[in-house]
Amino acid sequence: MATVQQIAQSLQESSRSVGSGEFSGHAPIELDRLSHDYGSRLALDGLSFDVRPAEIFGLLGPNGSGKTTLFRILSTLMVPTGGQAHIAGFDVATEPNRVRQQTGIVFQATSLDVKLTVAENLMHQGHLYGLRGAQLQTRAKDVLARVGLADRARDLVETLSGGQKRRVELAKGLIHSPSVLLLDEPSTGLDPGARIDLWNYLRILRDEQGVTVLVTTHLMEEAEHCDRLAILNAGKLVALGSPTELKAEIGGDIVQFETRSPEDAKTLAAGITQRFAVQPSVVGNAVRVEREHGHRFLTEVVEAFPGAIESVSVAKPSLEDVFIQRTGHRFWLEKNEEKS
Amino acid sequence: MATVTVPTRVPTNAVSKSTATTSLWTPAYSLWRRELVRFYRQKARVVGVIASPLLFWLVLGAGFSKTFQTQGPNGGVASHYVGYFFPGAIVMIVLFTAIFSMMSLIQDRNEGFLLSVLAAPISRSAIVLGKVLGGATLAAIQGWVFLVFCPLAGVHVGPFGILYSMSIIALASFALTALGFIIAWPMDSTQAFHAVINLVLIPLWLLSGSVFPASGASGWMKTLMLLNPLTYGVDALRNGLFPAQITTFSPEINLIVTLGFCAVVFIGSWAVVNRRTNKPAA
Repeated sequence: MATVQQIAQSLQESSRSVGSGEFSGHAPIELDRLSHDYGSRLALDGLSFDVRPAEIFGLLGPNGSGKTTLFRILSTLMVPTGGQAHIAGFDVATEPNRVRQQTGIVFQATSLDVKLTVAENLMHQGHLYGLRGAQLQTRAKDVLARVGLADRARDLVETLSGGQKRRVELAKGLIHSPSVLLLDEPSTGLDPGARIDLWNYLRILRDEQGVTVLVTTHLMEEAEHCDRLAILNAGKLVALGSPTELKAEIGGDIVQFETRSPEDAKTLAAGITQRFAVQPSVVGNAVRVEREHGHRFLTEVVEAFPGAIESVSVAKPSLEDVFIQRTGHRFWLEKNEEKS
Repeated sequence: MATVTVPTRVPTNAVSKSTATTSLWTPAYSLWRRELVRFYRQKARVVGVIASPLLFWLVLGAGFSKTFQTQGPNGGVASHYVGYFFPGAIVMIVLFTAIFSMMSLIQDRNEGFLLSVLAAPISRSAIVLGKVLGGATLAAIQGWVFLVFCPLAGVHVGPFGILYSMSIIALASFALTALGFIIAWPMDSTQAFHAVINLVLIPLWLLSGSVFPASGASGWMKTLMLLNPLTYGVDALRNGLFPAQITTFSPEINLIVTLGFCAVVFIGSWAVVNRRTNKPAA
């Protein structure tokens, strides 16, 4: 059996791995009834879910849903008031330095020193993570080449474009080869091309290096890129699964009828229930129905209620539909609407 | 034959365990270095270090000597006071440079840089040490540059006196930068920092024996001066610059109080930084 151990050992050494190898019993990120109370309001309300190794996990929710609070807790910048969160098996509240060593963080706001060069920023970050000398030099060169900025190493950060700065942020988060990468709204301020580059790069990290990536976002189209999603609303988990699974749960198409007012919508909804024996939902001025063969249903409804309908649409379910189905309201709400 | 199950995706990137321990010196060195690099990248600050003592000296020195000459019957008073004022002037320069250098802490916080430092696996003491030593180095350099004016102030001092004075300047720089750190840490606006600084700094300097000696002050004023730790720093600098002169306190007391001041403010900075709370860190 010694040979087995040797092989296993050499595998570990060749991959310089203790990350998910050592903590194979633990999910990269585990939340257990995690709550956070700011005193005046409950920002997180008993969240429990696991993030699997080497997946891109999305945290989707509107502003105020608790994403930022969760991000702060996972990045060890704040101690939760209830429950537990573990990264690579370490408790974020009691073993912050263990967690930090395993985690790369890309904050939403820039964290670069603009008076330093790109290389100096990376060297500094490396020093904070206990890297030094030639090893750090090599590592800085590697990550910079990875994000396609090898030729800008000697330039002051203040001379870079927004997209380039974000790439340096990413390189900075990866300098210590973390097994978990946390990104807070990574697409903020990026043009479409730069967004595509970013997502391609995250996939490479996942596929080639087995990095577990957690991304917070309020953008539906960005959430579509994730392997799995947790949808948050008012501090609670409202949905968990892959985008495809979540949308498949809705079944069929989303048919939507726009009317002139919320009252008209309610009348129409009542009419539809009576006539077609389905349960439509009313969202503002609109009546929504989940239905197989949406286009056929649509014509039937329009013929049955002439004049009551302003416009119609039929679509494959989107993540927004998942959100509406689970919460009963739209993704984007005005502050005063939130209470209802 | 034994089969070995190989994970389909072996992480090639996890950090080796040896680096998982919290280190102090590398991060502190890195933060210290950053302060210096930022300093010489901003040319206006470099010019300021050289030019401000010069300007200060020309204006104040000339002004004082004229005023005192008209008052003093034999002209000796003027040169005497300029000599007396010299250590106080150095301390003032150091005081301002040291405390204002910690404005960068507020800037770091607002620019997001501090966030990435706080999220790193380092001891918070490394942050204090790096930032405070960085600011202190700049303040000390500023004070040392000022020593060039010794001959102009009628101060003739040997190599030991210069070395002693430089050490005292370094200690005062450290203590005052740490004081600035404590004030700047909880703040999020440089304007508020200015307001507090003016409230604290000016009295701290005026009542430090820089302008008039504690021995000549009376009543509560004297008590305040004796309570002011900077008084002993100024006096210690006098010990270095005028070895023959008898100062208000003995050199030993001056040195002990100054070292104690350094220790107290450093521990204070360490304490404000080491709070982990349920509130956002930055």
